[in-house]
Parts: sequence; C-alpha cells; structure tokens
Amino acid sequence: MTTTQQVGDRFGDFGGRYVPEALVAALDELDAARTEAMADPDFLAELDRLQRDYTGRPSPLTEVPRFAAHAGGPRIFLKREDLNHTGSHKINNVLGQALLAVRMGKRRVIAETGAGQHGVATATAAALMGLECTVYMGQVDTERQALNVARMRLLGAEVVAVPTGSGTLKDAINEAMRDWVTHVGHTHYLLGTVTGPHPFPTMVRDFHAVIGQEARKQLDDVVGGLPDAVCACVGGGSNAIGIFHAFRDEPSVALWGFEAGGDGIETGRHAARFSAGEPGVLHGASTYVLQDADGQTLETHSVSAGLDYPSIGPEHAFLHDSGLARYAPVTDREAMDAFSLLCRTEGIIPAIESAHALAGALRIGPELGEGAVVLINLSGRGDKDVDTAARWFGLVDDEGQAHVDGEAGPDVDEGGDA
Amino acid sequence: MSVLDDLFAGCREEGRSALVGYLPAGYPDLPTSLEAIRTLADAGADIIEVGVPYTDPLMDGPVVERAASTALRSGFRLTDVFTVVAAARDAGAVPVVMTYWNPVLRYGVDRFAQDLADAGGAGLITPDLIPDEAGAWRAAAEEQDLAPVFLVAPSSTDARLRSTTQACRGFVYVASTMGVTGVRDAVGSDAERLVGRTRAVTDLPLCVGLGVSTGDQAAEVAGFADGVIVGSALVRALGGPDGLGALRRLTEELAAGVRRA
Repeated sequence: MTTTQQVGDRFGDFGGRYVPEALVAALDELDAARTEAMADPDFLAELDRLQRDYTGRPSPLTEVPRFAAHAGGPRIFLKREDLNHTGSHKINNVLGQALLAVRMGKRRVIAETGAGQHGVATATAAALMGLECTVYMGQVDTERQALNVARMRLLGAEVVAVPTGSGTLKDAINEAMRDWVTHVGHTHYLLGTVTGPHPFPTMVRDFHAVIGQEARKQLDDVVGGLPDAVCACVGGGSNAIGIFHAFRDEPSVALWGFEAGGDGIETGRHAARFSAGEPGVLHGASTYVLQDADGQTLETHSVSAGLDYPSIGPEHAFLHDSGLARYAPVTDREAMDAFSLLCRTEGIIPAIESAHALAGALRIGPELGEGAVVLINLSGRGDKDVDTAARWFGLVDDEGQAHVDGEAGPDVDEGGDA
Repeated sequence: MSVLDDLFAGCREEGRSALVGYLPAGYPDLPTSLEAIRTLADAGADIIEVGVPYTDPLMDGPVVERAASTALRSGFRLTDVFTVVAAARDAGAVPVVMTYWNPVLRYGVDRFAQDLADAGGAGLITPDLIPDEAGAWRAAAEEQDLAPVFLVAPSSTDARLRSTTQACRGFVYVASTMGVTGVRDAVGSDAERLVGRTRAVTDLPLCVGLGVSTGDQAAEVAGFADGVIVGSALVRALGGPDGLGALRRLTEELAAGVRRA
C-alpha cells in the first residue's frame, strides 16, 4: 500500500503549477528529462558514482547515547548528512539536478539560498561540471551567513544579495524566478527544496530519498527493525521528505517534522506554517502559507536562516492534512539548547536548522520511553553557524572578539593542577 | 457581447488599436491612485488594468515591484481594488484587474468574482494562474460574465497557444518577451512573431505587453496588435516629479501612438 497519494502533479489537494505561462515549456522539458533520466541506467550509475566518490555516501549512522540520556529513555541515532561533502544533505539533490542540467544542454544554473547550504552545494556542483552559476540570497541572510557567501564566491559562483521584501529566502526565490523566466533558454533553475511548481517537489524528493533508504538499512543492521519515530527539521522540507520517504508506508513509524517556532507562536515572530498558516499559493505551489487576511505573505522569523520561510513543500501539506506525519514548532531557545547539548555530549556541532530536530526528539523522547528507537536526520553541520551560536551563548562581544575563560600569566606553570 | 467585445469592435471601426494602461491600485496611496486612474482614462486609455499590489510579485521588474511595496506600506487593502475599479469605470474606461493568484484565493474565488463584477470590472488577468489550474476561476467568471484573460509567451507551444486562447474571453495577453515587466529600448521581433502564431489559433483580440514606453513603440506595436499594454512606464511617470502631469502627458503620447499605426 502506498500512502503518498500522488496523482500527476498533485499531492491530494496540494502542489500543481502556479507559474507564468513563460515557464510552462521549461517545466515540461524538465519533467520529461528527469523521467527519462531516472529510467536510464547510465544516468543512475553516474549519480551513484558521484554520491560515493564525491559526496562520500553512504553517510554514517551514529548512535548518540550521551545525548540520548537527556531524552527520557529512547535510543537515538543520527543520520549524518552533516558529513557529506559541502556539509549538508543539499548536495544529494544538487548533483542530480546538475547532471540533468548538463543532460538538457543548459550552460548555466541559478539557485536561491537561505542558510547558504544549498547555494554552496550548487556552486560546488557548477564548479565540478563546468556550469556558470548565480546564487540569489536575501540581504539579511548574506549578513548572518557571511562565511557561506565567501565559500560560494571561492567556488566561482556569482552571489547576488536580494534587498527586497524581508531580505530572506522567499525574496531570493522571487529573484531566482525572475532570472529564470528571462534566461530560461540556457539556464536551469536548480531549486533547493521540495516546493515550487511540478516537477520540483517530486524530483527533489526523489534525489533525497537516498537518505531514508540508507538510514533504514543501517538502522536495521544495528537494531534489527524499524525506528519508532523519525525526526527532521522542516523549512521547505527537503531533508524531512528525504528521510520520511523510506518509512511512509510503515504505520508503526511516527514521522515528525519540526518547524521554526522562532520567539514563540504567540509572538507572531516564527515560521510555523502548520501552526499559523493557511492553505494558499506561493512560489508555484498550492500549499500552506503564512499569510494575512488579504493573502499577503507574512514576514517570518527564525534564528535559523534555512527554516526562515513562509511556505512549505506541498507533499508536507498533504502529509499534515492526512495525518500521515505530525508537525510541531520548536522555538529558537529550544533549538539552541539542543544545539549546545549535542556539542557538549557528543562532540558534534550541528547546523541550527538540524538542532530543531534534535530539540523535537528531546521533547517526544519521554512519551516513547525506554527501549524506543528514534532516528534523527542531522541534515547539516554547524560550521556556518559558529558566529550566530557564539553570539547567542555570549562567547563573543558585539565586535565579534572572543571571550576566553582565563588568561595564562607568566607563572602559569607553577599553578594549576600540580 | 461583453463590454470588452464592444470596445475592440469600436477600435476596429476606427482603424486603430486599443491603449491598455496599467497602474497598481493604491499607489502611491489610495487618494492619489484614484486621481491617477481618472487621469489615465481622461488622457486616452481605453482599458485600465488595475493591479493588485502583492508581497511576492515574481513576474514584475523593479518599477512595479517597488510600487507594490509602496502601496502596501501606504495601507492598501484588497477591497480597495474594487474602489479603484469603480473609479475607472466611472471615468469611462473599461477596467480589468491584474492580480497574482493568492490574494484571490484567500478572499474566495466566487466572492472575488462577484465583487469585481459589482464594481464594474470586465475581467481578470492572472499572471501566475494558467488555465490548467483555473477551473474554479473559469466557472466563477462565466457565472459573473467576467473575462478570464490568460497570458501567452514566446515559449508557448502551438498546442498551448490553442488551449490557452480557448480559455480566454475578451482578449489574450501576449507577453511579448521572455522576462519580467519593465521598460525596454526595443520591443523586439519576438512580439510580432508571437502575435502571428497566436492569430493562427484564435479570433480574439491580441494585446501585447511587456516593454512599451513611448508613443513610437506604441505605434509600432499597434501595427500588428489589437491592443498595446503599457505598465512600468506609466508607473514610473506617476512616481516621478509632477506625477499626475507626467502621467497625463505620457498617456496622451501613447494614445496618439496607437492611432498612428
């Protein structure tokens, strides 16, 4: 039995193509190309080879007992997408789409990015395959993710800061769409998440499905069965769909998506689409949207740039409405506490996005209890977030100068632990 | 016959094309916007495209996008669009609304169609709604005798030109270049070619948009199209010094242009 009721370009009532007519031909071309490619053994072999030799797949599965000691009983396993080349799950989809771009004869790729992870992955694939690359990034995000801007530029990509609107991910997508509609002849829009017009939600999911396929097998090798719960953070929702997909037909597995609760739902400063959003249309898809009474998109807030987005992939909207997956908000504070806990108990610095999934697991752990097994998608690593975290925890002053715990004097050798 | 059919028949009798002028409702604020709509009608626009300011206008270039932001900051509410539509009709022009889809969806498709018809609107142009997704809207439009106006683009296949124009009433919006709205130095040969391809599959009037800003360009486009759509150039005129005066002068130049072809 399949529970993902996908008919054509729709997931239940969600999905579709809400786009300018000018893009329809390109979407049809892309849909035909990806359908043909996914049935072509040569394409799949090349993608497998890149995943193994370039990305470093399969990514490991790591049990984290010292972290789990704070979760009220369950054993906890992390799917280590943070150890992929470029530092997150984003590379899975990017390599697939970049191969498609080459196959379609496009010479240029464009991308939007929030936290910068998708932009870095796209710039990386473009360098690898000799494609021109332009990455659109909200002005606010270029400031809070300056390191990733530098990484993209080192890789030869052009990075364009988008000052309009809220200066975040949604505005970067608007600008990328404008570029695409103007240059669609030679440019592929390498969309980074499971939203947008058909075929993007399906195609991006299929390129990330490897996450769940690997994790299911790896976990079975260790525990001899399925997890009781699978946890992932949800911005657009690509890492979540990637890990959910292999478990979607297993009723014993609870699928949990954790959204950005920001300062708290009650403050209005958050990006929790399933707590405060309504069905609508944004960026080409029918899905849940944070919007006002006039259908204007609301501004969002999250400490994590990658979750700071007013909409969500249409398949998640379907999983939500059908009860096949559950979604809950995690506040900035809960996420940062979980971030710190993983650093100190396991020596792993997670992306702040992924820390939302960690916090969610800590919350549901006690209900699951002793002996339960929780699988968390650790979708990215936290190198890019060190500055944000250092400020959050007061490790640097306002100028970014580090605080230290003590200062070694000239007579340090004579004191201390002698 | 709908009011749009009458209008294009009248223009054909006069041996000219129609001038279609776009302005966002509530820009720069609601009172000025109403004044601007009256100016546009008085100076010679036959059809007025009333734009709905939207937070995420992904088909629009910087001029229209900034105007939308300004209107939203000035407190634009969706129901204001009906006030502006009524003003356009009262000033003697034929009003149609141009909007991204989410505001209509949120308001309620049937309710929006009803209120638009009550205000005197003749139709709705939907830049991010293709006929494939427009079942509910097409039914509501039929019910209210409103014209659904969809876009065709240079990248549209002949099959899509046929299916899209079959879903249109009133006229077809021919988006002449691949890209977003904005002023262009040259209108481009794409426009004439696309009009030719579209003519082959429909008898509906064809209005060409995206890029026209001068009387000469309007005359050039009027040589092969039934209507000339001007947007960003009017918005820019209204936003500059002596906005209403500049808007009037440009509209008069364009109205002379469509009569010169």
